[in-house]
Amino acid sequence: MKKILILFSHPKLEKSRVNLSLINHIKDKENVTLHDLYDEYPDFHIDVPKEQKLLLQHDIIIWHHPFYWYSCPPLMKQWIDMVLEFNWAYGPEGKALQNKTCLNAITTGGSKEVYCSAGYNSFTVEQFLRPFEQTANLCGMTYLPPFAVMGTHNLSEEKLNDYKINYGKLIDLLQAELTINDFEKISFINDIPQLKAHNT
Amino acid sequence: MTGSLLFEAIVFLAGAIICVSIAKRLGLSSVIGYLLAGVLIGPYVLGFIGEEGEDILHFAEFGVVMMLFLIGLEIEPKNFWNMRKTILGMGSIQVGGTMLLSFFLFTLLGFNWKVALVISMAVALSSTAIAMQTIKEKGLMETTFGTSAFSILLFQDIVVIFMIGAMPLLANMSDDTTANNHNESLSLIESLPLGFQTLAIIASVIVIIALGRYVVVPMLRKVAKTGVRELLIAAAFLIVFGISFIMELVGLSPALGAFLGGVVLSNSEFKHELESTLEPFKDLLLGLFFMAVGASINFIVIAKSPLTIAGFLIGVIFLKALVLFITGRAFNLKLDQKLLLTFSLAQVGEFAFVLLSFAFGLNILEQEQMDMLLVITALSMALTPIISIVNERFILPKVGTKESIQRPMDHIAKSHKIILVGFGHFGSTVGRFLRSHGVEATVLDQDSNRVDFLRKMGFEVYYGDATRLDLLESAGIADAKIVIIATNKLSVTKAISKIVDQKYPHIELMIRTKNRYDAYELLNLGREHIYRESLDTSLALASDVLHKLGFRKYTLNRQVKNFIKYDEASLRRLAKAPKQEADYIFKARKELQEQEELLNSDFKRGIVAFDNHWDSDYIRKALEKVTTKYNSK
Repeated sequence: MKKILILFSHPKLEKSRVNLSLINHIKDKENVTLHDLYDEYPDFHIDVPKEQKLLLQHDIIIWHHPFYWYSCPPLMKQWIDMVLEFNWAYGPEGKALQNKTCLNAITTGGSKEVYCSAGYNSFTVEQFLRPFEQTANLCGMTYLPPFAVMGTHNLSEEKLNDYKINYGKLIDLLQAELTINDFEKISFINDIPQLKAHNT
Repeated sequence: MTGSLLFEAIVFLAGAIICVSIAKRLGLSSVIGYLLAGVLIGPYVLGFIGEEGEDILHFAEFGVVMMLFLIGLEIEPKNFWNMRKTILGMGSIQVGGTMLLSFFLFTLLGFNWKVALVISMAVALSSTAIAMQTIKEKGLMETTFGTSAFSILLFQDIVVIFMIGAMPLLANMSDDTTANNHNESLSLIESLPLGFQTLAIIASVIVIIALGRYVVVPMLRKVAKTGVRELLIAAAFLIVFGISFIMELVGLSPALGAFLGGVVLSNSEFKHELESTLEPFKDLLLGLFFMAVGASINFIVIAKSPLTIAGFLIGVIFLKALVLFITGRAFNLKLDQKLLLTFSLAQVGEFAFVLLSFAFGLNILEQEQMDMLLVITALSMALTPIISIVNERFILPKVGTKESIQRPMDHIAKSHKIILVGFGHFGSTVGRFLRSHGVEATVLDQDSNRVDFLRKMGFEVYYGDATRLDLLESAGIADAKIVIIATNKLSVTKAISKIVDQKYPHIELMIRTKNRYDAYELLNLGREHIYRESLDTSLALASDVLHKLGFRKYTLNRQVKNFIKYDEASLRRLAKAPKQEADYIFKARKELQEQEELLNSDFKRGIVAFDNHWDSDYIRKALEKVTTKYNSK
């Protein structure tokens, strides 16, 4: 069973209905480590050796965060800046993360429709996430399409419940050998047939 | 068989210790243990205690007074005012109903109407001592049953005044007016007409409130300032004795007065201190009271007419229980609460002793009648705990609707109790910040001036020595999640640490310390959360100085964090150092040297060794190294 590290960044989790629901649903799963960065490093003073050790102990890394200004909250950027060190994660001798798998799990206020060239956000989520994709690539990790909960401002309880269950299901699937071939030509991991089947 | 005072004391104490510990081991209430001890050492079994049992009973009634004072301390005036409906409503239904029914019953049985009236008065009253002690022991004070029982008992305390007052009127109506020879005017109030009696009662209540507010509290502050512990104990006794004296002078129930005094003082900062001081004395006196009741059961009278007595006993208890059940029903109590109320107050109480002997003094009762009634009273008191057991073990489990004590879970402050010891500059900052998040800590402090001031600002602050287990317990340590020690006295911190280790190991201690040497000691006691008061502030100052010299703030901020981390780690290493002085100094010196070296190297590089982040120099150098490596290949 593959080990999953969820690097969770939310500056105000106690007020986030959607993230609380997602997190509470998966936090007690076996071989899943929920690492709440804002709770661990309130002063942004990240313990780099500790974080690196944690990364080495897991196979799949999920950057779980709200999609603020088309990106991640600042502490997660701080985490990337500090933990993914030169000659450890990248650079000529940086091979620590090679062959691990990585993806973003995001929540957006806007719905899927507004994230396109015709919508008011002009670009797709996939395009906005390019920096993360390339970060993963540079570190030699396999980058998967994102898991996205979109339109959270108008999300009904039933819908949220479906997302929650799908998130748990996704984690189960990732732990049991899903391969990159399962994700070809898909912009969101939510759309793989295994999850589609559930979400009727 | 009776001997010196010393011998009597030994008999009582030994009896109590043996019987109560046996009762407790069997899972019974301590009241049963005391009663049993009384029967055993009384005149009819072992015979250690003879006639003087009655004097002891009178003396021990003081325990009831103290208990009412302590109960009063826990009821704030606001809550007392909220209870007025229950007190008047339930109280009058219970007393009126019982009196009416028993009056009819005893007249039907052929008693003279006066005798029947006296008996019905005695029967209407229940035992505050037994009922309240059991309720407190089981922690049921907060339930509807607890408050109902308490309200009824309080009403009885008030109504007994009028009963005693009415007694001479009854006697005067008798045919042979020569019978007044036993009568001595007991108090001021009895010589007054009924309307003035009421006025006298109101007046004395006002006196007690005024005394409490304007005399007792300032006195306690003065006493607290002296810092002499036993003076506070003396003051506590002075308050209770004083109230009793005033009340007896005007002819009111001392217990009632003590209760009012307690209510007046319940808002003061000395609440917990008074509680913890009087609690053990109260328990002992009540124990003595129960033993005296046990010893006063006259087995000769029982042997003479066992069936009559058994009949009366059962009849009286049944009658009282019936009225109580109806009372509970009238106030919509749930079934289990109703049953608890019914069985816990169905006895004839200690006031009956007073009323009956008073009536005997007035020649209303005959010797034989009184003896029998006294036996019934004592027996009914002794039976209460047994009936309660039957109710709890056999009836209640079948009822099913058990009311659990309500705990509001919506508020963190209510469900996670915090105790804050020391409210100086450090502690008050802690308290303010907690409060700004809706977390109200219970604060203990030893400076009575400060306590007074802070209470005016609306903090829940109590005066007292927090190294005493009983004070911590009355502040609620048993329910506490965290105890914050914000005093800078190491001795206090160590004492609390010890108490927590021994009795409440689940509680987390968060400790302020003056310096690293105090911190070593506490670390060696196994304490985890230690906050040195000088660490953060001094570093904040130092980094501000460096900023003025041109260092960048963010870099300084990171260095401060690193410095603290290093310092904490070295603190923990050093604390483990064995106590040999030379070795300790050697190790300390080595640590200091290490720190110095580190700081030195930080200084030379301009940035701490392990902080390469955002340092393009570092990457350039590393890349150069790699390129030269590849080039040389």
